[in-house]
Amino acid sequence: MAVRTLTELLEGAFPGDEVSVEDRTGGGDHFQVTVVSPRFDGLSLVEQHRLVYDALAAPLADGTIHELRISTKGTP
Amino acid sequence: MRDEIKDVIETSEVALFMKGTPQFVMCGNSQRALEALRRAGAPVTAVDILPDPRIRQELSAISGWPTIPQVFVRGELIGGADIVEELERSGELERTLREKLGDDLSGEERIVPVV
Repeated sequence: MAVRTLTELLEGAFPGDEVSVEDRTGGGDHFQVTVVSPRFDGLSLVEQHRLVYDALAAPLADGTIHELRISTKGTP
Repeated sequence: MRDEIKDVIETSEVALFMKGTPQFVMCGNSQRALEALRRAGAPVTAVDILPDPRIRQELSAISGWPTIPQVFVRGELIGGADIVEELERSGELERTLREKLGDDLSGEERIVPVV
């Protein structure tokens, strides 16, 4: 269920971009998220990850996400 | 406490805020960041955030970064475990360290308390 919530939040923040969320342990609190978006073009990795954190601010703050791995890519 | 955290960030060559200590790491992501920094020869000043929940709150308020670990080089946020590993893969981690700290990377580790 959390995977769907996270996916929806990311799709809302990155409309039309490639978004995937994987539950790494099956426990519903360790996630790998991958976002490919032209919004990352020209941004540093810190700036790219900040955009993902912004999108997931709520589940990060309320403890839904215990561990988060992020992979971001701009468009080629 | 906020001033002490800021002081560590600003005065350390490489500051690593982590769960546990380099000798006894308490979290996989902290381990990943520490190992990447070690492989690059970084002189790491480690702060264990676990002794007091306020450390993490104050740190995130300063950096605007919500997760642990957090790595700073000469006061600048480099990122968490994913970014540090990615920078290592691309060779940029060692390049940045040499650029900012010089070619003579000591790889020395120390632990400082902020409480």
